[in-house]
Amino acid sequence: MRRIHTFTLLLSILVACREDVEIRPPEVIPVAPSDSAAIIGFYLLNEGNMGSNKSTLDYMDLFSGEYRRNIYADANPSVPKEMGDVGNDIRIYGEKLYAVINCSNKVEVMDRRTAKRIGQIDIPNCRYIRFHGGYAYVTSYAGPVELNPDYKQRGYVAMVDTTTLQVMARCLVGYQPDELEIVGNRIYVANSGGYMFPNYESTVSVIDIASFTEIKRIEVARNLHRLRADRHGRIWVSSRGDYYGQPSRLYCIDLDNGEHVDSLQVAVSNLYLDGDSLYLYSTEWSYISMSNEITYGIVDVARKQIVSRCFITDGTEQRIQIPYGIMVHPITKDIYVTDAKNYVSPGTLYCFDRNGRLKWNVRTGDIPAHFALLEE
Amino acid sequence: MFTCRFFCAGMAMLLPAIVQGQSRLDSVQRLGEVSVVANRYGEVIPSQKLSGKRLETLSSFSVADAVRYFSGVQIKDYGGVGGLKTVDIRSMGTNHLGVFYDGIQLGNAQNGQIDLGKFSLDNIEEIALHNGQRSEVLQSAKDFGSAGTIYLRTRRPRFGTGRRTNFTTTVRGGSFDLINPSALWEEKLGEGICSSLNAEYVFSSGKYPFRYRRILPDGTTAWDTTAVRQNGDIRSLRLEGGLFGLSDEAKWMLKSYFYDSERGIPGAIVNNVWKRSQRQWDRSFFVQGSFMRRFGRLYTLQVNAKYADDRMRYLNPDTTLMYVDNSFLQRELYFSSANRYSIRPFWDVGLSLDYQWNMLDANLREFTYPRRHTALAALATSVERWNLKAQASLLGTFVFEQAAGSQDKREYTPAVFLSWRPFAGREANIRSFYKRIFRMPTFNDLYYTDVGNIMLRPEFVNQYNAGFEYSAEGDRDVGLHVRADAYYNEVTDKIVAVPKGNGQYRWMMMNLGYVEIRGIDVSGRMTVRFGKRTGRSGVASLQLSYTFQRAQDFSNPADNDPEAGTFGGQIAYIPRHNGSAVAHVSWRSCDINYSFIYVGERYHNSSNIRENYEPSWYTHDLSVGKLIRFGEIKIRLSAEVNNILNQYYDVVLNYPMPGRNYKIILKIEI
Repeated sequence: MRRIHTFTLLLSILVACREDVEIRPPEVIPVAPSDSAAIIGFYLLNEGNMGSNKSTLDYMDLFSGEYRRNIYADANPSVPKEMGDVGNDIRIYGEKLYAVINCSNKVEVMDRRTAKRIGQIDIPNCRYIRFHGGYAYVTSYAGPVELNPDYKQRGYVAMVDTTTLQVMARCLVGYQPDELEIVGNRIYVANSGGYMFPNYESTVSVIDIASFTEIKRIEVARNLHRLRADRHGRIWVSSRGDYYGQPSRLYCIDLDNGEHVDSLQVAVSNLYLDGDSLYLYSTEWSYISMSNEITYGIVDVARKQIVSRCFITDGTEQRIQIPYGIMVHPITKDIYVTDAKNYVSPGTLYCFDRNGRLKWNVRTGDIPAHFALLEE
Repeated sequence: MFTCRFFCAGMAMLLPAIVQGQSRLDSVQRLGEVSVVANRYGEVIPSQKLSGKRLETLSSFSVADAVRYFSGVQIKDYGGVGGLKTVDIRSMGTNHLGVFYDGIQLGNAQNGQIDLGKFSLDNIEEIALHNGQRSEVLQSAKDFGSAGTIYLRTRRPRFGTGRRTNFTTTVRGGSFDLINPSALWEEKLGEGICSSLNAEYVFSSGKYPFRYRRILPDGTTAWDTTAVRQNGDIRSLRLEGGLFGLSDEAKWMLKSYFYDSERGIPGAIVNNVWKRSQRQWDRSFFVQGSFMRRFGRLYTLQVNAKYADDRMRYLNPDTTLMYVDNSFLQRELYFSSANRYSIRPFWDVGLSLDYQWNMLDANLREFTYPRRHTALAALATSVERWNLKAQASLLGTFVFEQAAGSQDKREYTPAVFLSWRPFAGREANIRSFYKRIFRMPTFNDLYYTDVGNIMLRPEFVNQYNAGFEYSAEGDRDVGLHVRADAYYNEVTDKIVAVPKGNGQYRWMMMNLGYVEIRGIDVSGRMTVRFGKRTGRSGVASLQLSYTFQRAQDFSNPADNDPEAGTFGGQIAYIPRHNGSAVAHVSWRSCDINYSFIYVGERYHNSSNIRENYEPSWYTHDLSVGKLIRFGEIKIRLSAEVNNILNQYYDVVLNYPMPGRNYKIILKIEI
C-alpha cells in the first residue's frame, strides 16, 4: 500500500511541469498627489546589486498620487532578461527616456511617457549621460587598453546621435570618468581613477564640443565623482577621498575666474542642485565607530556657504540606513531621499515637504538611486 | 546567557536518549580493514552514509552531486562541470562545514569554503555526514571543531586471495564534451603493506544549452530565449599516491595528493551579457600521514600530520570591467595527537592536541600577509552502560595571529551526545545532542584589502537536536531503516557584508547577523532481496529523504515591514522543503538506478517578496549498468541520462544549470 502511494506521488511529480515565472503588472501603491501642473511625475531607477540583473524602473504619478513599482517588464514584456544589471543614471531628453545600465554595457532608450523600449546604445561600462544639441554624451570606463608598462585603461566620452542611437565619436579623457556636465560649448568630466587605487585621478577633463577633443585638465582633488554646473558660471565637483586619510570634500571651480578651485569643508556622497540650493548628503565609513556616519546639508551656491546641516527635520533620518538617491521637486520643493538599506533587499523612497517633514514613504526596488523628472 | 545555555543543554540531556543502531553493523562491515583497532563503542549517533555500490550507481560526478542525497544538506551550485559547488548543512552556512579527506581536514584559511565540485568520486569509497560531530573519543581535536562534518574516505586497497596487484581503468564521456579517463593501480608490497596510485584527468568544454523564459498572466509566452553556456570549460589533473600498513597492533597510511586545473568562470547571465571571460587556475598539493596504535589493552594513540600548499590565480581580462590578475598562495602545516584510555570497560576518556599553522600571500596592494597559529585541545569521554550511551567533549581553541592589529582568540566550546536503546537486541535508538561551536573569521573576512575587518569576532552556532533511528537490515529479505531528527540552531555574531560608505562596490565584514533555524530531517530506506532460492538473486531498494527548514533572519529589527522586511524572513536560498528519492534494482549482473531531487521554492534574499522569488526545481536521473566478466577481468559498462525532463533551472540566480545530459562510463578491472 505504501509503495503504491509513493509511486503515485512520484508519478504526479514526473508529469507535472515546472512552474513558469510570470511577468506581472506593476504594483500600484497610492501615496499622495502633488499639485504641480508642469511636472506630472518622475522615474526612479533602482540599481540592483551587481550580478543580480535586478535593475528596475519605478514611476511616481504626481497627478494621481500613485507609485508604480517595477514598470519596465510590464511595458516591455518581450525583452529577455528585462532591463539589466546595475542602473547607473537616468535622464529624459526630447521624447526619450535614457537609462544607463552599467553592467549590461548599454543605454536603454525608451519612450518618455510609456517607458516602452525604442532601442539601446551599446557602450561598455557606461556611467553617466548628459545631452546637448541633439547629441547624448555618455562617460565610459572602457577605453583602449595600454599594457606598457602596467595594465591601464583610459575612459572616454561617447557622442551619440539621439535620432539614430549610434555612437558617432569617442573622446578619450582620464581614468574612470564619472559625472559630466555641459556648459556653453564645453563638456566637463570628473575623472575618478577608481580602478587605479591607490593612484587615483584628480582632474576634471575639459572637452571642446566642436572639435570633440580634450583641450585641458583642471587639477581638483583625488577620486572625483559628482559634477554639477550652477547658474553663476561655476562647476561643483565632489571628491570621494581615498577612504583612508583624505576625506570626501566638495569643490567649486570658478570658470569665469581663471578656473580657480575652492573647497568647502563638507563631505559629499550625492547631491542635487535646485536653484541656488545644493542639497547634499554624505555616507562615510568611520573606522573609529565601525559604522557609516551620515550627514545631510544644503550649500548656497551663490554665497558658497553651507547654510543648513539638516534638511530632514522630523527625525526620520534615524530610519535611513544608507541614503542613496536625492532629488528636489523644482516647484513644490518636496525633497525625495532614497534608502538603499543593505543593498540586497528592497529600498525605501521617502518624500519630505520643503520644511523637511515626512509626507510619505514607499517601498522601491533594490538600491533605489536615480531620478528623472517627467514634465508635461 | 550562560545559565540559560546550560539549562538548555540539561534539557537536551533529559530528553530520553539512546542506542546505537548502526555502529555494530559498521564495525562488522569494516572488519577487514580496521579490526585490530576498531573502536569498541562506535559513534553515539550514527552518521548518514553513502558507500559502495549505492554511491557508484548514483549518477554523480563529484562529491557535491552525491552529497545532495543526504537530508539536511543544501548545495549551492553555479552550474556545469567546473562550476563552484559548496555545501551548507542545516542552513548554518558553508563555513561551518568541516570536510575531512581520509581523516584529516581540508583547509581553506582564505575563504573557508571547500569546493566539493573539485573532489571526484573516482576513488571515493564512502561519504559520511555527521551533524554536530563524529561522536567518538579517539579523534583529532579538529574533528570536534565544526558544526557539521563530511568525511570522504578514499579506497583502501583490498586483494582477493592469492592476488598481489589490482588494476582498474575507467573512462567517462558524454555531454559538455566531457572526457574523463582515470586509472588506479594497487600493489601488495608485503604482509600488511600495500600501495595505491591513482590518476585522473578531466576535460570539458562546459558548453550546454540553457533556456530562460517568462510568461504573461494569461499564460502566453512573454519571452523565451535559449543560448549556450560559455566560458565554463575545465581541464584538471589529479594524482594521488598512498601507502597503507596494517598489523595486529597498528594501522598507518601515508598519502600524497596533487591537483592542477584551469577553468573558465562562466559568470552571471544578465541582460546584454551572455558571455564572460574570467579564468581561474588552481594548483593544490598535500601530503598527509596517519598512524594509529594500541598499547596494551587500555591505551590507543593516533597521530596525524599534514602539509598543504595551495595556489590560485584569478584573472579578469574583460576590458569592460576592472582588470584583475590576482595570485594567492596558502600553506598549511598540521600535527595532531589523539589519545584514548579505557578507565573501565564501559568508560573511555580521550585527550587530543592539535597544532596548525596557516599562511596566505597575495599580490594585492596594501595586503596584510597573515600568518595564523592555532592550537586545539579536546577532552572527551564516553560511557556505555545499560542501554545508554553518552559522549561529552570540551574543545579549547587558541588562535594566535601575526598581523598588525589582530587579536588573539581563545574559545571553549562543549558538546554532549546521548543515545538510548529502548529495546534490547533491536537496532533502534532515541538520541539527542547539544553542541556549541564557532567558525573563525577567514583571512578574507579579516584582511582582504578594504573589505576585511580586523575586529571580527568568531561566528558561533548553538545546535540542539533530538531524534530516533530504527533499523532492521542485515541479512533479512526485507530491510528497513528509518531515521528522523528535529533540530534548532542559532547562528550568532554571524559575519555578514554590510555596505560601506556610498556606492555599491564597497563593503565591510561585520558580526551583525543572527539566524534561527528550526528543521526536521527524515530519511528512510527499504531493501528487498529476492531470488535467493533460484540462485538468480537481486536486490531492490528505495531510499527517501526529506528536509524541512525554517531558517529566519533576525539580524535587523528595524527592517520589519510585514510584507517586505528582512526581519523574520527565510534566509537566502534556503527552501522550506527539499527531498530526494533513489530507487535501485540490481539483478544478476545488471543494475538500474533512478534518482530524483526536489528543491522547493526559495528567495534570493531574506526579504521574501515576489521579486526575490525563485521557483522550485527538480531533476530526474536514470542510469543503467551491466557487469561482464572475462575470467579475471571485470568490465562494467553504464549509461546515464540526467535531468530527463530537460528542466531548465537556476540554483543560484542567473547561473543557469544544464538541461538533459548524457554520460557513458566504461570501467575495466584487472
